[in-house]
Amino acid sequence: MAEVKLMKGNEVIAEAAIRCGCDGYFGYPITPQSEVMETLMARKPWEETGMVVLQAESELAAINMVYGGACCGKKVMTSSSSPGISLKQEGLTYIAGAELPCLVVDVVRGGPGLGTIQPAQSDYFQATKGGGHGDYHLIVLAPASVQEMNDFVDLGFELAFKYRNPAMILADGVIGQMMEKVQLSPYKPRWTEEEIEKISGSWALTGKKGRERHVITSLELDAHRQEDFNKKLQAKYRKIEANEVRFEKILCEDADYLIIAYGSAARICQKSIELAREAGIKIGLLRPITLYPFPTQAIAEMCGQIKGMLTVEMSAGQMVEDVRLAVNGRVKVEHYGRMGGVVPTPEEIVEALKNNFEL
Amino acid sequence: MIDIQDIIKPENLVYEKSSLLTDNVMHYCPGCTHGVVHKLVAEVIEELGIQEQTIGVSPVGCSVFAYNYIDIDWAEAAHGRAPAVATGISRLHPEKYVFTYQGDGDLASIGCGEIMHACNRGENIVVIFINNAIYGMTGGQMAPTTLLGQVTATTPYGRDAKLNGFPMKITELIAQLDGTCYVTRQSADTPGAVRKTKNALKKAFQNTRLQKGTSFVEVVSTCNSGWKVTPVEANNWMRENMFKKYPLGDIKDI
Amino acid sequence: MTEEIIIAGFGGQGVLSMGKILAYSGIMQDQEVSWMPSYGPEMRGGTANVTVIISDERISSPVLTRFDTAIILNQQSMDKFESQVKPGGTLIYDPNGITHHPTRQDINIYRIEGARLAAESGNPKIFNMIILGGFLKVKPIVKIENVEKGLQKSLPPRHHNLIPMNIEAIQTGMNHIETANQL
Repeated sequence: MAEVKLMKGNEVIAEAAIRCGCDGYFGYPITPQSEVMETLMARKPWEETGMVVLQAESELAAINMVYGGACCGKKVMTSSSSPGISLKQEGLTYIAGAELPCLVVDVVRGGPGLGTIQPAQSDYFQATKGGGHGDYHLIVLAPASVQEMNDFVDLGFELAFKYRNPAMILADGVIGQMMEKVQLSPYKPRWTEEEIEKISGSWALTGKKGRERHVITSLELDAHRQEDFNKKLQAKYRKIEANEVRFEKILCEDADYLIIAYGSAARICQKSIELAREAGIKIGLLRPITLYPFPTQAIAEMCGQIKGMLTVEMSAGQMVEDVRLAVNGRVKVEHYGRMGGVVPTPEEIVEALKNNFEL
Repeated sequence: MIDIQDIIKPENLVYEKSSLLTDNVMHYCPGCTHGVVHKLVAEVIEELGIQEQTIGVSPVGCSVFAYNYIDIDWAEAAHGRAPAVATGISRLHPEKYVFTYQGDGDLASIGCGEIMHACNRGENIVVIFINNAIYGMTGGQMAPTTLLGQVTATTPYGRDAKLNGFPMKITELIAQLDGTCYVTRQSADTPGAVRKTKNALKKAFQNTRLQKGTSFVEVVSTCNSGWKVTPVEANNWMRENMFKKYPLGDIKDI
Repeated sequence: MTEEIIIAGFGGQGVLSMGKILAYSGIMQDQEVSWMPSYGPEMRGGTANVTVIISDERISSPVLTRFDTAIILNQQSMDKFESQVKPGGTLIYDPNGITHHPTRQDINIYRIEGARLAAESGNPKIFNMIILGGFLKVKPIVKIENVEKGLQKSLPPRHHNLIPMNIEAIQTGMNHIETANQL
């Protein structure tokens, strides 16, 4: 059995990156995720695996360094928090438009604007609906534990390369800052040039040798050709939606009511469910693990059994829109949220349940 | 009567197009400096024998399509971000020759942060900076390098320092950074100037081979379409006005 | 068994590291643990607190507002957390700098002169270990040998020579905790 460690979510991101054979990390400090780059710099992976770690001059530069590294078919990543992720949207839409794989970690804090540094989930729209300009999606994974921070680094890269699409780990200040037990993944070597040739040889910038030149671009001045490209992108997203939905159901078998929550809110809701069940309310939890693709089907299937659904988010209610689309009016869907960095307590969620469904 | 076949014999060859220049018809306006500099970049890469190890990063601006003309691997960067993209490529391919090709709007305005910090880190790359004192692709608006009094689409009464600030000598600023090993300003308005620019580009790529840090080659250029003059008038205007503000020659060579 | 603990005081008092050692000790006896700090600009000089949960079962929420035990090391934390102790729960505090002592009658209250004992020992850095000792006296949820193992895990090897001193400080805390209100 792998060694169990006590680590912060942010530290685990760094450790998992080194262990999964990441080639490069480019970052810029911002609370509450600065430990990612600090841990990497202290670990000096360039001496161990050859992984590059660079502190960029801005989030703009960091994401464009990621773009450059991704152009080479390398496993590259960045991490930031909400205001920094807003700056990275320009680079992300170029990366999505050029169909490049990369991993972005967003340890969300309260907004809008400079906002707070406390945990929030108010960047769900930005993460799941594109974020920058143009019709595109990131693949979005929402960890609810430090262990998932470890596991989703590898999974994020796997999905990113499988679909040539940027992947995002959408965490928040709770998951980034807390320490829990974690089993770190075993080391995987970085890809060799031969492996990169095999995996990404048809497009990566490796130097024009014995082949046509490779050009990575998202520019196409002809509207019809650009539409054709968009159709291809959309076909890819339909494939992702069909194959990559992940979610967890807790105590749903006998449930009359359902809470839908992701990330740290899902953890808090588990406590609420314990409390509600002690009070005789049969309630379950559906936790989306992928926010894009969203578990629309799984939620729709619960409509026959469930009398009401409550989404709990640390936001004004963003995911609730996707839940309502899934439910399509068949069941009452309510939202309970706290904003600006305030974390809801398990007790107030139980109260919200009782109030909304007159229990 | 001489037959065409007699003329095109190899021994009669005095000049040929670099094999690295593609057959794509360039979209540049007649009289534009980009075509000349593209040709020089292709020749230098060919002469150094580094086609298979060179990766270019094109900007946003008129040279956005540089990747259509030089037969190497290319990445197209967002406006101003080419030095950051080149950093990512160069750090992950430290043995490769990585260069950016940027105009004045891209490099000195929106990408001012990226170029300063890439040069300050001494990224082992070549930066080719085309300074024609105007935004060409978007239709001739003011650039940071636009001269005082110069008429553009957004300075229709001439650039006024009070309203628009001063022409920016970014190359001199770049030369102050310890990460740069070679900073030079050249032009391409005469055969002699073209030869000098080619030598500067060659030195810059050789610096990459020697892992010396950032080499920065500015080419003071014309944009006769944006300046609303003929190509010949553009060259004259450049010599009379731009060379005064942007004097040619090496600023740093270590 | 599930023990939900808040440790709160000034930044620099060793609040977070005390929580970390406690959590590591839980791991050493195969329990589930979580450690959730307050974070940000308040870290040094201002108030700092950490929620530590040690449990035999999977931990649900790492963020809580009701605690089995509150370990309180300054007045601001007393004002905030006294009311958040569950009825029948435990409040442990260092009276140093406390002007408004806890008044609740429905919880167990203990006092420990951590700051004074640490100052007397000539090593103020062991303050948090003295407090931890006091806690472990009234709530022996982790064994001393597991605390020692936890210290070995959480401290870099160059500091392993300090472990005996830390264990001694825990003993000091165990010997000096006093009951203020016993249910």
